[in-house]
Amino acid sequence: MLKDQDRIFTNLFGLESFGLQAARARGDWDNTAAIIAKGRDAIIDEMKQSGMRGRGGAGFPTGLKWSFMPKQSEKPCYLVVNADEGEPGTCKDRDIMRHDPHKLIEGCLIAGFAMGAHAAYIYVRGEFYDEGSSVQKAIDEAYEAGLLGKNAAGSGWDFDVYLHRGAGAYLCGEETALIESLEGKKGQPRNKPPFPAMAGLYACPTTVNNVETIAAAPTILRRGSAWFAGLGRPKNNGTKLFCISGHVNNPCNVEEEMGIPLKEIIEKHAGGVRGGWDNLLAVIPGGSSTPMLPREICDTVLMDFDSLRDVKSGLGTAAIIVMDKSTDLVRAIARLARFYMHESCGQCTPCREGTGWMWRVMERMARGNAKIEEIDMLLDVTKEIEGHTICAHGDASTWPIQGLFRHFRPTVEQRLRDYTALTKAA
Amino acid sequence: MPKLKIDNVEIEVEAGTSILQAAEQLGVEVPRFCYHERMSVPANCRMCLVELKGSPKPVASCAMPCGDNMEVFTDSDLTRKARKGVMEMLLINHPLDCPICDQGGECDLQDQALGYGFDRGRFAENKRAVQDKYMGPLIKTIMTRCIHCTRCIRFCDEIAGVSALGAMGRSEHMEIGTYIEAAIGSELSGNLADVCPVGALTHKPYAYTARPWELRKTDSIDVMDAVGSNIRVDARGAEVMRVLPRLNEDVNEEWLADKSRWAVDGLTKRRLDRPFARKDGKLQPVSWSDAVALAGAKLKQAGAKSAAIVGDLVDAESILALKDLMTGLGSSKLECRQSGEKFDPSQRAGWLFNPTIAGLEQADVVLIVGSNPRWEAPLIDARLRKRERALGLKVAVIGPKPNLTYPVEHLGTGADVLQAIADGTHPFAQVLKSAQRPVLLLGSGATERDDGLAVHALARRAAEANGVVKDGWNGFAFLHRAAARVGALELGFAQRDGDLETLYRGCESGEIELVYLLGADEIDTSRLGRAFVIYQGHHGDVGAHRADLILAGAAWTEKHGTYVNTEGRAQLARQASFPPGEAREDWKILRAVSEPAGATLPYDTLGAVRKRLSLQAACFANVDRVTPASWASFGRDGAVAATPFVLPIDNYYMTDPVSRASPTMAACVREILEGDTEEAKKKTGTHG
Repeated sequence: MLKDQDRIFTNLFGLESFGLQAARARGDWDNTAAIIAKGRDAIIDEMKQSGMRGRGGAGFPTGLKWSFMPKQSEKPCYLVVNADEGEPGTCKDRDIMRHDPHKLIEGCLIAGFAMGAHAAYIYVRGEFYDEGSSVQKAIDEAYEAGLLGKNAAGSGWDFDVYLHRGAGAYLCGEETALIESLEGKKGQPRNKPPFPAMAGLYACPTTVNNVETIAAAPTILRRGSAWFAGLGRPKNNGTKLFCISGHVNNPCNVEEEMGIPLKEIIEKHAGGVRGGWDNLLAVIPGGSSTPMLPREICDTVLMDFDSLRDVKSGLGTAAIIVMDKSTDLVRAIARLARFYMHESCGQCTPCREGTGWMWRVMERMARGNAKIEEIDMLLDVTKEIEGHTICAHGDASTWPIQGLFRHFRPTVEQRLRDYTALTKAA
Repeated sequence: MPKLKIDNVEIEVEAGTSILQAAEQLGVEVPRFCYHERMSVPANCRMCLVELKGSPKPVASCAMPCGDNMEVFTDSDLTRKARKGVMEMLLINHPLDCPICDQGGECDLQDQALGYGFDRGRFAENKRAVQDKYMGPLIKTIMTRCIHCTRCIRFCDEIAGVSALGAMGRSEHMEIGTYIEAAIGSELSGNLADVCPVGALTHKPYAYTARPWELRKTDSIDVMDAVGSNIRVDARGAEVMRVLPRLNEDVNEEWLADKSRWAVDGLTKRRLDRPFARKDGKLQPVSWSDAVALAGAKLKQAGAKSAAIVGDLVDAESILALKDLMTGLGSSKLECRQSGEKFDPSQRAGWLFNPTIAGLEQADVVLIVGSNPRWEAPLIDARLRKRERALGLKVAVIGPKPNLTYPVEHLGTGADVLQAIADGTHPFAQVLKSAQRPVLLLGSGATERDDGLAVHALARRAAEANGVVKDGWNGFAFLHRAAARVGALELGFAQRDGDLETLYRGCESGEIELVYLLGADEIDTSRLGRAFVIYQGHHGDVGAHRADLILAGAAWTEKHGTYVNTEGRAQLARQASFPPGEAREDWKILRAVSEPAGATLPYDTLGAVRKRLSLQAACFANVDRVTPASWASFGRDGAVAATPFVLPIDNYYMTDPVSRASPTMAACVREILEGDTEEAKKKTGTHG
């Protein structure tokens, strides 16, 4: 279990003020200029050595991502912070923005400097009205204290931070759709290549990072990469915010070491599964798009990128959705399918047409009104979508369904048989 | 230069070439819906997925640039599986109404479903239905068929330059539309139905009228403006069902203006299908033999006191025959500038679009004088828009400010501004001088004023003084509006010292006893005095109303003819159908009339006419290519009034007898220019 002194987000629960004074007391903005004085390469090296992997879900090494930004650029470079947290089950960025916004803003300055950017845009999900307001307040405070603007925090680096509110589209959390939306266009993902580091916001070099990634960077650089790398497991270093929701006694956000056993984090922090561990049916370990895991796997699985990948799921945003035996899994996945149908941008064919198809079949299956052969057809449809789309939304929409049938196919088949028997009898 | 392998064949391509383009260079066809070579690449249909070695997922070949040592497989199992999946997705919500769909038979989705579709559907749910949208009188929408390739949106935004279309909503509820349910205000809107790969956008005037396999397809040339767009005329029986653009990179690329496309339904209306003669003040049908005899007798009688005016839609063969006839009678009162233009016809360089249409893509500064290219030549406007979008283009306008599809600087309305530029006192003179390839686009309408000759000369001086004409570049662009005009000018069918006004005065004074109108309908017939008027043409329009004798001729789709476009490019229009009733091909009528007139023409076949044509002017011997003109002095220096230029076209959709007779063009006027649509009628007093 993570020791208190190793926590990065010390005001995660909002017990103290989010304001600048309180943030400084927690160690934020402590000699930021000294970190920046180390220089771009040193900061990026430090991030590489810390083993930090992006906290937005894909887990791409952060230092490496920063190093993709051109060293010399005729065009301005931008840092864009993805605060469009919309993945069902996830609410970590929200608490960072609510209770610890100065970590994020300091992170923007340092990360921005490391990638040669003079401006950062924080794209906040539209529904996060209060959270956006807290961030804006913190930005104002930082400007007033000289921490942003010309010669930000006395570092000699000019830096501006802008807050932009989204309009509530889940898809705008995809980095290129976010960039499009930020440019004032319809939030539809772009083709890659070119990647944002080559041509992102306004066709300028851009890096898009998750709130948690950026907010953790100052602490990592302050305490050193060795400290961060010493936590967690190899290649899955450091600490991570976990959001535990669903059928637990005490749903919560908690910062924990990477690689903590799933069972331990649920029992220690969330007060255990409702009705005891034996009442557990399945867990969605990393936000709604990651395939669910049955209890047998939950018993032993560790919560980090690689362990979860090995059991054909993913850490995603580390939003643990716990489902006990009262859950109708088929209906739950049908609901998620509807979400992915509704939130598809409609741009590319497999996702636009396929998500609606999958949802409709899942709805019928939730009632039992389907043939057993249709299960294989549905899985075939998921394979037609997966990997054929512009962005990962298509993939994400298929994984919950694939996860359901991977582990609970007999349950679904039984339901279909029951329904057929019932309708025949009637 | 990346080197890669496509289906195990090595190819080296230019950097930046997409895999799809590289495959095409090898002759490997990759199916696609959203990709269009003239528009941006959204890669949203996903039909062009190919397997790329080393990539876990198939990649969209239209958007993936070629890289060194790539290995691409366009026909592997992975590729086929991916495409079949995409095809199934495209078809699940696509209606099965091919038998009643106008796109049937020329539908990309049909064709590609043959290669990648399943033989049965697995989709057991309800299909999506989408409400149809209103897009004006030319585009019929059946939006349930839409596959969301967004070609139409990109065409409007990028090529036509009007932001009329967009995608509303998201996921499977995404719909293409105008949102405000207004007609698309572009002169290129007909192309939307061409770029649509399915039957979502089809041609409204063509709806349910024909099937593509019933049509007889004839390659021809458009005559609705002076661009000389290459077209294909699709006819069934005697009726022209539709006109489609043909690819010609130097002229119209693959686009066509709306008037060129749909004025053809005027070809069945108000036609002159037999000769008429005025008896007792009324036009009455007569036989061809009587008509020819009467025409011959009158011409013989008038002799050198006859004059001839050639209209806008006449082929060069007929113009030559008329010229030879008039010359035989000893008359040199020939005029083709029937709108009253007063430019100097003596030097080719003075009335040609010297930089050429394709050459506009090299231009960096354009000065438009007294012209609205969007209405006078929509495809030239589209070229300017293309250049502006690709590399930026500075455009300035003298004259009334037209609503163009690219940003323009408005310098003023009168000829005094042009004078200042010619004198070098206007700041824009410096802009022209510092440009690499400047263009001075002089509209034909700018010379339709009393000081037209002086304006013409002034434009020349402005061009010469500011480097518009220099070694290796002639940027003096005279923009005509009539398809027949340049052909007639090449044949010398204009008075060196005189213009339409001279002819009017001659008629009024009785000096001219006979006027031969060859399709001339834009003239002021009230000024023809007491002259005997022979009208030869195909539509009962202005000229026929005044005529004493009508000889029924053929429209451009009904005869073989040569047209020279504003660049000086002679092109051949071919016969697609037959003239109605007793109407005849025009040069043959003139040949027949020449005998009783006592000036028998020396040719009996089209070949003989063409042979004589090619001897008259170099451009006719150089078909399909531009014959450049050498620079010389033209116009007459003189005082130029500061009065504003007047744009010659106030109604794009009706500029000639055919478009005036066309019901579709009438609908365009009503719905696009006047905004009188079905939708507008539905609005109540509290609406918006």
